[in-house]
Amino acid sequence: MERSILSRRNFLGLSMGAAAGVALAGCGSSGPSSSTGGGGTAGSASYWFLTGAPGEGIRTNTVNRFNQANPDSKITATTFQNDAYKTKIKTAIGAGQAPTIIWGWGGGTLRTYAQAGQVEDLTSWFGENAAVKDRLFPSSFGAATIDGKIYAMPAETVQPIVLFYNKRAFEKIGAEPPQTWGDVMDLVPKFNAKNIAPFSLGGQSRWTNMMWLEFLFDRLGGSEVFQAVFDGQKDAWSNPASIQALTMVQDLVRANGFIKGFSSITADSNADQALLYTGKAAMMLHGTWTYGGMAADGGDFVSSGSLGYMNFPPIDGGKGDVSDTVGNPGQYYSISSKATPEQKETAKKFFKEAVLADAEVKEWVDAGAVPIVKGTESAFGASKDADFLKFVYNTSANAKTFAQSWDQALSPTAAEKLLDNIAQLFQLKITPQKWAENMNGVIGQ
Amino acid sequence: MTSLAPPAPRGSTATSAQGGRSGSVAWLAAPAFLMFVAFAIIPLIGVLVLSFTQWDGIGDIHAAGFDSWRSVLRDPGLVHALWVTFLIMILSWAFQTPLSLLIGVYLATRSRYREILAVIYFVPLLLSSAALAITYKALLDPNFGLGAGLGIPLLQQDWLGRDNLALGVLVFVVSWQFIPFHSLIYQSAVRQIPKTMFEASEIDGAGRLRQFFSITLPQLKYTVITSSTLMVVGSLTFFDLIFVLTGGGPGDATRALALDMYKRGFQASLMGPASAIAVILVLVGLGLALLLRRLGGRDATESQMEGV
Repeated sequence: MERSILSRRNFLGLSMGAAAGVALAGCGSSGPSSSTGGGGTAGSASYWFLTGAPGEGIRTNTVNRFNQANPDSKITATTFQNDAYKTKIKTAIGAGQAPTIIWGWGGGTLRTYAQAGQVEDLTSWFGENAAVKDRLFPSSFGAATIDGKIYAMPAETVQPIVLFYNKRAFEKIGAEPPQTWGDVMDLVPKFNAKNIAPFSLGGQSRWTNMMWLEFLFDRLGGSEVFQAVFDGQKDAWSNPASIQALTMVQDLVRANGFIKGFSSITADSNADQALLYTGKAAMMLHGTWTYGGMAADGGDFVSSGSLGYMNFPPIDGGKGDVSDTVGNPGQYYSISSKATPEQKETAKKFFKEAVLADAEVKEWVDAGAVPIVKGTESAFGASKDADFLKFVYNTSANAKTFAQSWDQALSPTAAEKLLDNIAQLFQLKITPQKWAENMNGVIGQ
Repeated sequence: MTSLAPPAPRGSTATSAQGGRSGSVAWLAAPAFLMFVAFAIIPLIGVLVLSFTQWDGIGDIHAAGFDSWRSVLRDPGLVHALWVTFLIMILSWAFQTPLSLLIGVYLATRSRYREILAVIYFVPLLLSSAALAITYKALLDPNFGLGAGLGIPLLQQDWLGRDNLALGVLVFVVSWQFIPFHSLIYQSAVRQIPKTMFEASEIDGAGRLRQFFSITLPQLKYTVITSSTLMVVGSLTFFDLIFVLTGGGPGDATRALALDMYKRGFQASLMGPASAIAVILVLVGLGLALLLRRLGGRDATESQMEGV
């Protein structure tokens, strides 16, 4: 029966091949890396960043301006979608294929890069170029600083998360925007009765759900609650305030507070914004970066003044400061330590001369975003989005605590566990107690 | 008919003929063998080694003994992912096999309009899984999708937001994509069945149904096994479709083993446990392939054509 054995072995091989293919699948998804990763001519640096209006256009313009001014040391840009980029950049860095300039959110992810020696320490460079540092918001350096050293250049805009609402929807039910959490819960049945979803939510992206917890935790127990988690205190997630916040969010889910089918909506497709500006949903808790998109895609929704915005309302009896906010204190550009000296020089020159130069600052303001450059308030008056810009500026500047988004502040391992459990919580599959128990298991990882 | 045939010459003559030939043609296997070593064996060894280490995908790799295995095997998520994988496998097999068999038999008849139909049926296979997933996601969107657009309440379900519905949609899309492929296999297999068998059965007075169950189906035995093996082992590797369509959600309702592996490895930066899951995936795949092989009888190379 020699034939039978042989063929069985072939079969073994076939199935092994199929399964090993799975193991490779992750690596295979790395996409168009070869032309942009690491290589290129000596002085030309590579730069990866995110797609999506208005940021993509402004980033591209900045690169183009730099390339025109410096024909000898060009920067090649490659763009990625938000959620895809988060995975892609990690893989590329691990494989030694990182771009010269690494776009990021700072915090826990930057920490893993820094600890692995993958990004340049820019502390001394900022020391030599004090002018670059001094014109930026001091608060933006927190998420760029790991163990006292600066590993990234804060850039772009400050992006607090705020409560957007559709004024037309509120007119339909004759109600005012919520002043407290009690108002929020009262509004839910009123909107549902008119077949308007109280809140839009792109729940499949998971970090969208997380923003709710960030605010509820803060308003109930103050910024200390998450700080304890961040500091690695044992059982920090079991704080009574956190259990209460988790219960409240589940109450909101049970009361049909979120749009039907929220758990299959992704934020990357901007469907959550579309729900708000089409009037299918009345409110949306989201980052200020969505403003530009809603202005561009929502017809006259933004220009007619139908978009309302406010900071997250307080909760009766909560300990948190009403001015507290959470979000991105800036975006962060790091330099790969694997880049050639020439590429690093190009990148530093780019940071110094092109990033947040006047032309870029103007473009951000025009797009309705607040750059992290001091003294831009004066430019807001001329903008068609002056009110929104002032609101974002004041929310950011007056916040007693401007916390970084949890998934960015924590390590990737803890963040993934967090997002997983948040998705389960919103599906009502686990209780608040179970949630806290699961999350306590990864504190300090 | 088989009873009339003389016993097939087997044993020593066949083996020696086989042995004599294999010596001279062994080098023909070299390209396949090299590819197999480079893209299957070596990565597999790498994954096995990684499963005994601790690595975040960026920094240094540290040996960690059985830590990854312990954490993976104790995680209730593994049992859940295995169960989801198993469900997708069984459901998509049960859905695809009868349909592709029937379509294959139908298309096997040589007539012009069926040839055209065959080409149309084949179209889904040409589309990439990611494109399919994005399309279905848009169509099934509860607020902007087909149901909402046409105002048909029946279609206006939260298709990807409820556990069972999401799983059902997944099985449907998988089947929609792969039924053409399996139909094609069945079509050509049906065409291989000697016409004489059907002619003889007609003389014996067999109807169409009788022909199907007594000739077509038994003759397709090995095709069914081949097709089933491809479906079953292939379903272990469903990743892109699930990743784009549901992301493993809602919650973890469609978090199959391959997706679980990816999430652990590339999103949570736990390469050790992810490698352990990859090894489990390989073992499950091997086990299933061998099992199907056994179900197909001891020697699948034996001829069905004896006496014809």
